[in-house]
Amino acid sequence: MAQVSLNNIRKIYPNGVEAVQQTSFDIADGEFLVLVGPSGCGKSTLLRMIAGLEDITEGELRIGDRVVNHVDPADRDIAMVFQNYALYPHMTVRRNIGYGLKNRKTPADVIAAKVREAAEMLNLTDYLDRKPSQLSGGQRQRVAMGRAVVRDPSLFLFDEPLSNLDAKLRHQMRIEIKALQRRLGVTSVYVTHDQVEAMTMADKIIVLNAGRIEQIGTPSEIYHNPASTFVASFMGAPPMNLLDARFEAGQVRINGGTPLLPASGSGPVTVGIRPEDAELTPEGPLGFDIQIVEELGGHRLLHGQLADQPFTLHVGKEVEARPGAARVNLRPEALRLFDKTTGQAL
Amino acid sequence: MTDIPYTPAARRIRWSVLADHAVLIAGSLFLLIPLLVMLQTTTTTDLETIKYGPQLAIGDQLDDNFRAAMFKASGFSGQNTGLSMLINSTILGLGFALGKIVIGMMAAYALVYFRMRFATLAFWLIFTTLLLPLEVRILPSYEIAQKLNLLNSYTGLILPLIASATATFFFRQFFRAVPEELVEAARIDGAGPVRFFIDVLVPLSRTMIAAMFIIMFVFGWNQYLWPTMITTEEGMYTLVRGIKQLTQDLEGTNIPEYGRANMLALIAILPPVAVVIFFQSWFVKGLTESDK
Ligand SMILES: Nc1ncnc2c1ncn2[C@@H]1O[C@H](COP(=O)(O)OP(=O)(O)OP(=O)(O)O)[C@@H](O)[C@H]1O
Ligand SMILES: [Mg+2]
Repeated sequence: MAQVSLNNIRKIYPNGVEAVQQTSFDIADGEFLVLVGPSGCGKSTLLRMIAGLEDITEGELRIGDRVVNHVDPADRDIAMVFQNYALYPHMTVRRNIGYGLKNRKTPADVIAAKVREAAEMLNLTDYLDRKPSQLSGGQRQRVAMGRAVVRDPSLFLFDEPLSNLDAKLRHQMRIEIKALQRRLGVTSVYVTHDQVEAMTMADKIIVLNAGRIEQIGTPSEIYHNPASTFVASFMGAPPMNLLDARFEAGQVRINGGTPLLPASGSGPVTVGIRPEDAELTPEGPLGFDIQIVEELGGHRLLHGQLADQPFTLHVGKEVEARPGAARVNLRPEALRLFDKTTGQAL
Repeated sequence: MTDIPYTPAARRIRWSVLADHAVLIAGSLFLLIPLLVMLQTTTTTDLETIKYGPQLAIGDQLDDNFRAAMFKASGFSGQNTGLSMLINSTILGLGFALGKIVIGMMAAYALVYFRMRFATLAFWLIFTTLLLPLEVRILPSYEIAQKLNLLNSYTGLILPLIASATATFFFRQFFRAVPEELVEAARIDGAGPVRFFIDVLVPLSRTMIAAMFIIMFVFGWNQYLWPTMITTEEGMYTLVRGIKQLTQDLEGTNIPEYGRANMLALIAILPPVAVVIFFQSWFVKGLTESDK
């Protein structure tokens, strides 16, 4: 087990791309950290620097109490699960899982016992003598997990391990990975571009954008108090509603009219509200023109225009709704204000 | 048997099958008839062959000709029997093929997996040697071999031939198609460069190795010019050049040894054919698919 700390880490690729700007954060012992962000934001680069597969341009990386900037990946006591699993195609599942131990000169009987244990944990016992090409995607994923687990590392690294699976399997593996990590208590860094994975698996989330950290926080903090409009619109499905508004006469007013919230300031401002924090009510102060009703079984999403701006509302299945004019109330305590130009939370 | 409805469609397919077979059979005959003629001459005495030419009748000389081909020496020293030439050819073929594969793989490994300063330049330099086959550089090569005292040795026979751009090129292309994550997974699994090469890359390349082996074995086996230059001792002769030695008798007063020479030629064909048949399925796999 280990805690990890990144101190002013920076990555510039030889071709001059600054993939990760100066970044510092700590990962506590046993914590499940998720790095999330859109494609190309530098998640993999950051992970690969922790793994030692990519040189660190600047800064200091510690795993446990060791500075590991120049330590070989094999000696960092880490295990990594790759997006395409990277199983050795010519080796059986048994040899795939045991290969890392064999290279560390572990006695054969110890390897056999550990492989068996890992296989049992991952329901792979029946497949130990198969080649990867004879396994389904989910089973390959498990073998990749087994290869990581068997070595008993102090840090797990995952690079989008579930993105090649279908939705149902992904859901199931998400729970399995999380449960396994809980059970083993191994510090983990998990990269994904899927915000649902991030929300459901993480103890702590780091939202990255264009090589920069937008926000660090627990899933709940990230969801309820996004640090910027970027985080607000990236996390959550559907994302947070963002409305143009103005400070006027000690109030935030939308469209020069309806006051939403007493606040001091001046000029334009962006108001954010989660779709479930607005309610459909005949007494609501704001008109909402419903255009599309999205039926999702347990709840409904109403898409339309609020004060001529796109808006989405989440209502329970008991609330009847059909396209047409309606009125809504935005709960004042759920409103978030962002600077109109920088997008930062106020 | 159930009745198969006779339709124009079935009929057309029939014809095309027939045509296909006709072409294939014609091609096979074209390749096989010379061999059959050779085989026929090995069953008759040389006198009959020179009097009547190739015939349909099969004689009873097969055994005698076989013995003559395998165990009779034609030179002064008595060392260039068919058997010893067969052994020399096998050593040349194997050494040539294995040497090319080993060197090609190692060169490709260095080019693809190691961050070398002038890797691309090195590759193109190796590549341009394709423009300089042995025939072009035969005099300097001979001189070097001679100065190194390699005449009439297996080393001299094989070594100058094996530095190979072809094998390097094919293995380079193959290695570049191996997913990068595999290397990274192996690095994290604690496999160093040598372990990765032996444990992962070589097994992954086995079909490619088989394909290379066939091509290179046959290529080495059929070498003529270089063995002719480098071997002067009869005990070092290879089959391909030894057969030439036999037919030279035609210029003398004796009857040429048709039976023996043809028998030897047939024997010379067999090992490459055996290698191709043995590795055939791997060969096709190696050139068309891969289980990476
Ligand atoms: N080897 C490389 N050389 C140069 N630039 C690179 C290299 N690898 C990645 N980059 C660049 O660095 C940036 C970050 O890449 P990275 O792979 O970390 O993104 P990512 O967040 O993992 O994206 P994805 O979700 O698509 O995997 C990108 O702009 C990419 O083009
Ligand atoms: Mg990535």
